[in-house]
Amino acid sequence: MVDAPPARRTGRARDTAGIGVARAVTFVSPALVLIGLFLVFPALWTIYIGITDYTLTGTASVAPKIVGLGNFVEALDDALFGNALWLTLVFVLGSAVIGQNFLGFALAWLLRGARPALRRVVESLVLMSWILPSVVVAYLWIALLDRDGGTLGALIGSPGTAWLVEYPMASLVVFNTWRGTAFSMLLYSSALAAVPPSQLETARSVGASGWQTVRDVVFPHIRGHVLTNTLLISLWTANDFGPFLLTAGGPNHASETLPVFIYQQAVPSGRLGYAAAVSVLLLLVNLVVSAVYLLLLRKRS
Amino acid sequence: MAGIELAGVSTVYPNGVRAVDALDLTVADGEFFALLGPSGCGKTTLLRTIAGLEQASSGSVSIGGADVTRLEPGVRKVAMVFQDYALFPHMTVSENIAYPLRVRRAPKPERAETAARTAAGLGLAGLLERRPAQLSGGQQQRVALARAMAMSAEVLLLDEPLSNLDARLRLEARTFLKRLQRDLGLTTVFVTHDQAEALAMADRIAVMSEGRIRQLGSPRDVFQRPADTFVANFIGSTPMNLLPAQVRNGRVEVAGAHLDPGGPHPDAPVTVGIRPEYLHEAPEGITGTVSIVENLGVTSLVTLECPQDVTVGLTVPEHEEPPVGSVLTVAPRPGRLLLYDSDTGQLT
Ligand SMILES: Nc1ncnc2c1ncn2[C@@H]1O[C@H](COP(=O)(O)OP(=O)(O)OP(=O)(O)O)[C@@H](O)[C@H]1O
Ligand SMILES: [Mg+2]
Repeated sequence: MVDAPPARRTGRARDTAGIGVARAVTFVSPALVLIGLFLVFPALWTIYIGITDYTLTGTASVAPKIVGLGNFVEALDDALFGNALWLTLVFVLGSAVIGQNFLGFALAWLLRGARPALRRVVESLVLMSWILPSVVVAYLWIALLDRDGGTLGALIGSPGTAWLVEYPMASLVVFNTWRGTAFSMLLYSSALAAVPPSQLETARSVGASGWQTVRDVVFPHIRGHVLTNTLLISLWTANDFGPFLLTAGGPNHASETLPVFIYQQAVPSGRLGYAAAVSVLLLLVNLVVSAVYLLLLRKRS
Repeated sequence: MAGIELAGVSTVYPNGVRAVDALDLTVADGEFFALLGPSGCGKTTLLRTIAGLEQASSGSVSIGGADVTRLEPGVRKVAMVFQDYALFPHMTVSENIAYPLRVRRAPKPERAETAARTAAGLGLAGLLERRPAQLSGGQQQRVALARAMAMSAEVLLLDEPLSNLDARLRLEARTFLKRLQRDLGLTTVFVTHDQAEALAMADRIAVMSEGRIRQLGSPRDVFQRPADTFVANFIGSTPMNLLPAQVRNGRVEVAGAHLDPGGPHPDAPVTVGIRPEYLHEAPEGITGTVSIVENLGVTSLVTLECPQDVTVGLTVPEHEEPPVGSVLTVAPRPGRLLLYDSDTGQLT
């Protein structure tokens, strides 16, 4: 046996930055206070409200009672909650996992070899849809999809189609794909830049098709980026309140994703306790999704 | 099998750089051909133009008699090995080698069989299940070669395949590559900026500069009779002596000495080219004072300070180095003195 080097007792008080533990704590404390105030406290508060029958008006608004898991049990039984969960899934799969992901990758892949001028124009256009404020964008889309005098109706010569009423989920999926593709495009652009050109050219010189090149050469290099991107856009989309601005969840709950459902329960219906419980359920869904992605990421790397 | 023919090929990059300039070149079937030249002279571009990775802006490229100027790289039957080997890091050695077959959708057993056979031929038999990151530089180079061979292409293009290897391994790989090429009889174009490598391996050499071929010939030709002062400067492990001189009455006046031009020559100002290896001590010739002695291994390079501010280098065998400060008279071996036009730099 070789003697192990004397183990240095570093433990908790390890001072890697070399500025003294007291000073380090002082430096991070403002951030910790802010995080506690605006993130941790509201989350805990939501969980607390979720186990009460708190409402906006009436006796329960003055003296809410603890009802335990009652709200959660009710939600799992509520057909509207099930509907919202399902629509959220459709929204996330359609507009984020498939829409933004594929469109973003396709744009990045096609723009790779394009002339710099063309590339800049397309990138600016795509970015524009991302940085515009939601309210502005929603108004533009309502103008585009309106039944009478809508731009789309005029363009394809089908006036009288109320897109947001007749195809609310499809409209939302297209809208959110358009709205969020910029992030995926930018992320994939920089990921693609890290694929060694000689490997792409090797594939090309052995006669690999575009699809074979993506599958065999590009994808293995950017797998981590794909997972990270999919995780981020999935979470953002699941929690996105944008649909409310376009359809307000209607018609008749046909486009009521979970954030819209929560809002409808909390404000118009005034059932704060129930809405908080559903928020907690949404949080749990987010956690599960994140855990699955992280597991995948760890497994392949 | 297939030779390569380039006729008036120019390759211009989008930014206007004319990297290959109206170049004519014929590489015979089965020939081992080296492209040699300083950095940025267009060697890689020329190779990529043959492979089809760059499109010739004008002129035509033929392989095996068929015009391939407008064809995609994948159908040209050309295999290219890149300087960084471009092995796919996520595939095993076996999968890397068999990748050209996978692209063609060959069945799995055939792929494994081809990979195993090719690998065995290149001394990679035990490494089939490893990843490229678990291989040495020399092994990676052989995997890249094996993958190129698995394409069963007729033309092999190598872009500085040895430059990532250390000096010792490079010598081994040189011999190995040369034997492999001879056994397979593949038409091979080999890019290098190491002139020793080109001299040692190639059947013929093209020396390039600024997108054009300055000289094309056997290693012996290029070494012994560089066509101009550029090539003379570039070829040789020790730089050639290029001295200002004057031909007068059939004699070359250089650095205060009168040498025999080795043939009739009109009176004119010239540049004299003599390789350090071809100079030796003589009773008559250029006289100078030894200023520096550099050890090159078996030989030493001696620098002489001669009249008219001329310095002359010559090599002497080990243990025969003259002391610094001594005076030496040297003359070229008969027939080894080259005269270049002092204006155009062309061999006269
Ligand atoms: N993609 C490109 N776009 C524009 N110009 C380029 C490009 N690639 C190379 N060039 C230019 O073309 C010329 C020839 O380059 P090339 O890579 O063929 O040189 P090389 O002889 O292979 O040099 P080295 O020995 O350094 O590899 C250089 O002037 C270079 O700057
Ligand atoms: Mg090069």
